[in-house]
Amino acid sequence: MRTPRPGPLPSGRLLSRAMAGVGGRPGHTLQLEKAQAVNTTGRATIGHTEMEYFIELFFSGLTRGSIYALIALGYTMVYGIIQLINFAHGEIYMIGAFTALIVTGVLTYYGWPHLAIVLMAAVLAMFYAAAYGWTMERIAYKPLRDAPRLSALISAIGASLFLQNYVLLAQTSDFLPFPNLIPDFAFLDPVSNLFGTTDFLIYTTTGVVMALLTFLIKFTRVGKAMRATAQDRHMAMLVGVDVNLIISITFVIGSTTAAIGGVLIASHVGQINFYIGFIAGIKAFVAAVLGGIGSLPGAVLGSLVLGWTEAFFTGYVSSDYEDVCAFVILVIILIFRPSGLLGRSDVQKV
Amino acid sequence: MKSCASKLCLSAIVVFVAVFALSGVGLAQDTIKLGVAGAHSGDLASYGIPSIRAAELVVKDANAKGGVLGKQIELLLGDDACKPELATNVATKLVSDGVNVVLGHICSGATKAALNIYGSAGIVVMSPSATNTELTLSGEYPNFFRTISYDDAQARLQVDFAKDVLKVKRVACLHDKGDYGKGQSTLAKQFFEEAGIEVALFEGVTPGAVDYSAIVQKIKRENVDLVVWGAYHPEASKIVTLMRKKKMDTPFMGADGIKDETFIKVAGEFAEGVFATGPRDVSQNPLFIAAKKAHQEAYGEDPGPFFTEAYSAALALLNAIEKGGSTEFEAVTKALRSEYVDTPVGNISFDQNGDAIGIGFSVYQVKNGVFTTVQ
Amino acid sequence: MTLAELKKSLLAAVWFMFLTFPIMVIKVNTIEKTVEWHWERLFYVAAGGFVFSFLWRYFLRRKEGGGRPAAAVEADAPEKVSPLQRLIHDRRFSLPALVLLGGFVLVFPYLFSMYQVNIMTTALIYVVTGLGLNVVVGVAGLLHLGYAAFYAVGAYTYALLNFHFGLSFWLALPIGAALGCVFAILLGLPVLRLRGDYLAIVTLGFGEIIRLVLENWNDFSFGPSGIANIPRPKFLWFDFSLEQSAVFIYFLMLALVLLTVFVTNRLKDSRIGRAWIAMREDEVACQAMGIDIARTKLSAFAMGSAWAGMAGVVFAAKTTFINPASFTLWESIVILCIVVLGGMGSILGVILGALVLILLPEYLRAFSEYRMLIFGVVMVVMMVFRPGGIVSEVRRTYQFKEGLSKDGGRS
Repeated sequence: MRTPRPGPLPSGRLLSRAMAGVGGRPGHTLQLEKAQAVNTTGRATIGHTEMEYFIELFFSGLTRGSIYALIALGYTMVYGIIQLINFAHGEIYMIGAFTALIVTGVLTYYGWPHLAIVLMAAVLAMFYAAAYGWTMERIAYKPLRDAPRLSALISAIGASLFLQNYVLLAQTSDFLPFPNLIPDFAFLDPVSNLFGTTDFLIYTTTGVVMALLTFLIKFTRVGKAMRATAQDRHMAMLVGVDVNLIISITFVIGSTTAAIGGVLIASHVGQINFYIGFIAGIKAFVAAVLGGIGSLPGAVLGSLVLGWTEAFFTGYVSSDYEDVCAFVILVIILIFRPSGLLGRSDVQKV
Repeated sequence: MKSCASKLCLSAIVVFVAVFALSGVGLAQDTIKLGVAGAHSGDLASYGIPSIRAAELVVKDANAKGGVLGKQIELLLGDDACKPELATNVATKLVSDGVNVVLGHICSGATKAALNIYGSAGIVVMSPSATNTELTLSGEYPNFFRTISYDDAQARLQVDFAKDVLKVKRVACLHDKGDYGKGQSTLAKQFFEEAGIEVALFEGVTPGAVDYSAIVQKIKRENVDLVVWGAYHPEASKIVTLMRKKKMDTPFMGADGIKDETFIKVAGEFAEGVFATGPRDVSQNPLFIAAKKAHQEAYGEDPGPFFTEAYSAALALLNAIEKGGSTEFEAVTKALRSEYVDTPVGNISFDQNGDAIGIGFSVYQVKNGVFTTVQ
Repeated sequence: MTLAELKKSLLAAVWFMFLTFPIMVIKVNTIEKTVEWHWERLFYVAAGGFVFSFLWRYFLRRKEGGGRPAAAVEADAPEKVSPLQRLIHDRRFSLPALVLLGGFVLVFPYLFSMYQVNIMTTALIYVVTGLGLNVVVGVAGLLHLGYAAFYAVGAYTYALLNFHFGLSFWLALPIGAALGCVFAILLGLPVLRLRGDYLAIVTLGFGEIIRLVLENWNDFSFGPSGIANIPRPKFLWFDFSLEQSAVFIYFLMLALVLLTVFVTNRLKDSRIGRAWIAMREDEVACQAMGIDIARTKLSAFAMGSAWAGMAGVVFAAKTTFINPASFTLWESIVILCIVVLGGMGSILGVILGALVLILLPEYLRAFSEYRMLIFGVVMVVMMVFRPGGIVSEVRRTYQFKEGLSKDGGRS
């Protein structure tokens, strides 16, 4: 807590003189003065600041959780259908982001209007991610449907390694900035210190995706076939469900949501790199298990819990141990609910 | 069937042995071997590849002029991805390949791990970028030299600048929980506290995290006068971007990890006004201009971080061998400490500890998209 | 080589061309604001895709085709044993091979450079960790994704005890193993009720927790800068030079590998080993038979992790510098791959798996950039064509022979 100095302005003037002495721009001096003015008055309304801080952290956690949710949905869907932890899913997210970057780069070069670029980039990113997901399933997972689960897991890890290095070699190891094409929505200005345009887009997209997926699973024929395959694959085959097609569709849908996540996070953070898939993938996987793997609402809930835990811990305790906290919470929740928050406990019939 | 299989197995064993044997074949010692070790792959590759290019250019030049002591110079590369255990592997490999001097490593942790191996083989190591203070000041590594100043000096400069010029009273020190970043920030924190400036926040962010708004909110709440970042540019640009988007004007200062063109290009307009400490400005030095031109001609792009320091290190090493008359440890170290050599970073020599004399750090600020010297 | 085959391969090639078009052909650099078009890569992709698709379908058909005749074999035929396994069990082959291998292994350090010896020592360290994880994953069937944590425990035990109390390497070895056991039991307690992938996640979390604590708790573990100048092991009063030390550690690791192989082999045959195998096969039936699942799980974790602790101590002594970055999730995944690729449950398989997985990237250095790419491909291909691993475990079968006549029996 800083005691108010005897008038902020005099020292401000001293500062500008000092800055001018070393060739500082007057504009920058003004910036510093403004910052200092804010500092002394900002502390006055402390009650409001605390509440505001809490809400800010809430939205921060919501952003994180939504991104994790978009990726976790893919994980949980694939797991529900073929009991495979698709380690390469994080890489699909990364490929979605990269494709969006490439499309954006090319179209900006040809001078397309911003909105068209954004839409085109998103659509193509989803399309290509789905294509990669579909291809990966055909090559790395389909031959292993009846093999031991661990073999499929290792194959997934190999696929993940392959995709990471493929993008690294074909593109670059640099951190590439993502052009800021999404305009600031005017109606969000009042709450702009709480969350921004990209945050808002992330929340709404996740909500829409979640709603669409639930609708798909619950009310369409494809959804019914997916549920049937998840329950008992061989039986579904006997009843006439084209299991191969359903599994491919699952992968395609999962990859699409991951790609959406990739595009959104690229616009939000502003930078992408070939390695982002690995870390996001692990976190999303943890979130999916936390919520109960195989359950769609569970994936979203788990992701939100994870996001909020990280945000609040960073905000109130320390950013150093935020991951440790997340994992500890995970362990504690799993001790008391061994099948995750919303998971159905696996009844083992003898 | 059985004889076929056992023949197969026997031939497999023979092949196995042959592979081993061939890999162990050494080369004749009629060239001077300059080893270049550092991160040539992985996420820190952009800090290590410029040093390879610098060495290639220097060696090409030197070989065209007849080599050193009449012998041609050969480059041996070793990739450690900035990981200490790989660095020890690389060091052992280079030593057993008969390297004479080593330019590297890039990261302080990797360098520390490898130095003992080079030391017991009597090989001089010069780093263009390892800034950990103990490497020279502790006196434990008599075979280590560097063409960049060290963390202590940099931290002190940051604190002095913040205190005297920016007149801050409250700062936040952030790092990326990595070796270099945390070390730099810890030093900065120590010096800030000694100078009577309150360090309101001392924390690390997870590199590669999905979103940094939580820590940015925290910085905002703490109402600091300056954010001091101790690590590399990717996270720095993300944090600065978020800060500016949330309409925070707090000045941002980084160390030599962000003093790079890439930072400005990646952060774009949000890099404006950011401070950074880095090696002294050498853009007027004729050798630097020539080296930069050579790089552009050979590789078609501008040189990356630590290129200048690596170029100078290569020149200094070769010069020391030439002046010292041999590649022996005693001769080379004596020549390094007694001779001055003209390099892109200036006319330098080395002191008892191994630090370069004639270089230092300056404070820069991004103005109109370029880092310009402030002090 | 029918027309239909060619058409399929052609279609695959076209698909790959389309699929990899953005990432391979268009190189966008938003830093420099440039867009580069690499059209020639498209041809490589087409050619490669064509060939790959052809070979892939050919080998897949062979793999599945080989399965069908086997189903026609009578029900009481012995389980199909691969030629490699038959070879291993054949005394006439295995004994001379073992002797040859033993001889080679003993003279190895004197034939090759220090660098090669170091690499081999690293491979041997991974053999020990692989064998340890094999106990948990292969024999007891518990998916463990946090094994590197115990490796870290062993390494930091030696480093810290040496730093604070000057403890020698030889004393640190058993202490490292013991602490590995203790931490494993600490891990095992919360996960007793968890199954399958939930267990995997908690072990992953545990591994990360340990690494993050080591990284951030500077006062205790010196944080990311790690601990340097860890002394190498001494033999009685001898003081070794760098080369001699490398050779000494190599032989030490050889001895440890032999010890590990011996102990894990005996464990598999013991009561506790059989309990683990039973738990892996069917947990409910196991419980119904009266086996205490909690104790079995805990003992699996403990026995498996002791080896990691031991290997960690040797790792610290060998590299003389440790920091938390050596013990990431990726390490755990590599060790898991060793176990699965080598053949879960099979000791020889794990040894081969470790040697292949660690030595291959080293010898692939010639390809430098493409190393990891090839590595990933090898993993996928290995799993698709040999899901059981290099040497899949021969299941213990007990045959019930009708009657007392000897002519029905098989050798």
